[in-house]
Amino acid sequence: MIKFQNITKIYPDETVVLQDVSFEVEEGEFVSIVGKSGAGKTTLVRLILGLESPTSGNVFFQGLNVNEADSLEIQKIRRKVGGIYQDYKLLPNKTVYENVAYIMEVEGKGYGKIKKEVPRVLELIGLEDKVDNFPKELSGGEQQRLAIARALVNSPKVIIADEPTGNLDPYNSYEVIYMLEKINKAGATVILLTHDREIVNKLGKRVITLVGGRVIRDEAKGRFII
Amino acid sequence: MLTSFNRIFKFAIDDFSRNKGISLAAIFVLVVTIMLVSGLFFFRGISSFLISEIQDRIDITAYFKDGVEEQDILNVKDEILKMSPNIKGVEYISKERAMEIFNKKHRDNAVIVRAIEEVGTNFLLPSLNIKTNGDPAQYAGVSNVLQTANFSKFIDRVDFSQKKDTIEKVFSITSNINNFGIITGVMLVIVAMLVVFNTIKLAVDNSKEEISTMRIVGASDWFIRGPFIIQGAIYGLIACVVSLLISGASAYLLSSKIGVMMPGFNLFGYFLSNIWILVLIQLAFGAGVGIISSFIVVRKYLDV
Repeated sequence: MIKFQNITKIYPDETVVLQDVSFEVEEGEFVSIVGKSGAGKTTLVRLILGLESPTSGNVFFQGLNVNEADSLEIQKIRRKVGGIYQDYKLLPNKTVYENVAYIMEVEGKGYGKIKKEVPRVLELIGLEDKVDNFPKELSGGEQQRLAIARALVNSPKVIIADEPTGNLDPYNSYEVIYMLEKINKAGATVILLTHDREIVNKLGKRVITLVGGRVIRDEAKGRFII
Repeated sequence: MLTSFNRIFKFAIDDFSRNKGISLAAIFVLVVTIMLVSGLFFFRGISSFLISEIQDRIDITAYFKDGVEEQDILNVKDEILKMSPNIKGVEYISKERAMEIFNKKHRDNAVIVRAIEEVGTNFLLPSLNIKTNGDPAQYAGVSNVLQTANFSKFIDRVDFSQKKDTIEKVFSITSNINNFGIITGVMLVIVAMLVVFNTIKLAVDNSKEEISTMRIVGASDWFIRGPFIIQGAIYGLIACVVSLLISGASAYLLSSKIGVMMPGFNLFGYFLSNIWILVLIQLAFGAGVGIISSFIVVRKYLDV
């Protein structure tokens, strides 16, 4: 589904972020990409979403070379990916309802479908009582749940969670991971980027370890070892 | 398409009403700058009036020899009018009319009145009063033509040489007023545009993170840009309405005071007769600059 082929990323200031990274994520997989801060995990996400181009190598999303995709194709890729981020990336001037609805509006979905789907997802995530609140009126855990609701609403094929528990307490962290497992069981591919040892070890799923921008380990039932 | 436009419009209205502080600040700055541009418009009206008032007082006179037929003078008048589009008017003053004007002007001067009575005859010459666009070169041209062989048999003298200095001085003053108006106008408009651009930039800067999130979730450029552009237009439209009301009220209140300083000039009348041009200038400046600024600023963040 997603393929990194000999990816190297060097920034103009000569900082080497990724070096000859190659791996593939199959449909329906749950993959944890682990590494210390600055290991290049977020750069991988930015490459998938076409927010950055690799210095060399290719990134494929469902067979399409992201580096060669035009802006319309890039938009389509971004719509197929449900993103969950450490800083939540919510729209501060929109309510909880509007934040989720926005994703469907971007896709041009009709009013009827939006009215039906958004409350359903918010109920699933436990935010049905906060529909008219703005993100700043929610706790950290609630904001992350809203981000998950937003990632789920379009039933994307891939969920990319970049340090989704970075700002959360252990209780909320496990709740988020539990939700990701549920999403994966429902058929979506989940890519979890984290430096949380405990969570990765508990998951017992595929782990790709990045150190200094290189893949040093890729195990089917891996553990967090750096 | 229509659904997308409705959504973009709704986003713009929501953002506008949810960021009242920023919206009010942007409108305030726009009103101040539109008023500056409107001020230039009024300045132009006042200076044009002053220039035409001054130019109206300047003319040259061609005095005809005693005994020249009226028809010959009228023929010369027609010839002068055909000379150049810059000839604003040629007025024929007959001997009798000249005496009438002379008498009227000096009726309170007993010495002159007595002198005229003693002379007993009309010693004044028929003449043509010629007005051009104020350019000394035009007056010199007319004067030269009148002194050529075709006309010189009728014409006694042309008073251009006596009035030359005054004409040149007036022309230099009016040209300076015009140039000053153009240079200050261009400078102020540039300053005003930069101020508006920076105000809109501040308003959009506030949404920098939001724009980045919208990109990540796959929103198209127009879906992101649209609400900001519409907001820019809303700022501009509201600012235009406020500015028009302030302009109208100021013109009404200042009209009598300016009328005292410049008899014959009605500021409120000028406002009313040019209201559509003013609306167009204010709209082009307010909404136009608002929209263009939003477009440029958002594009910057879309490119990042």
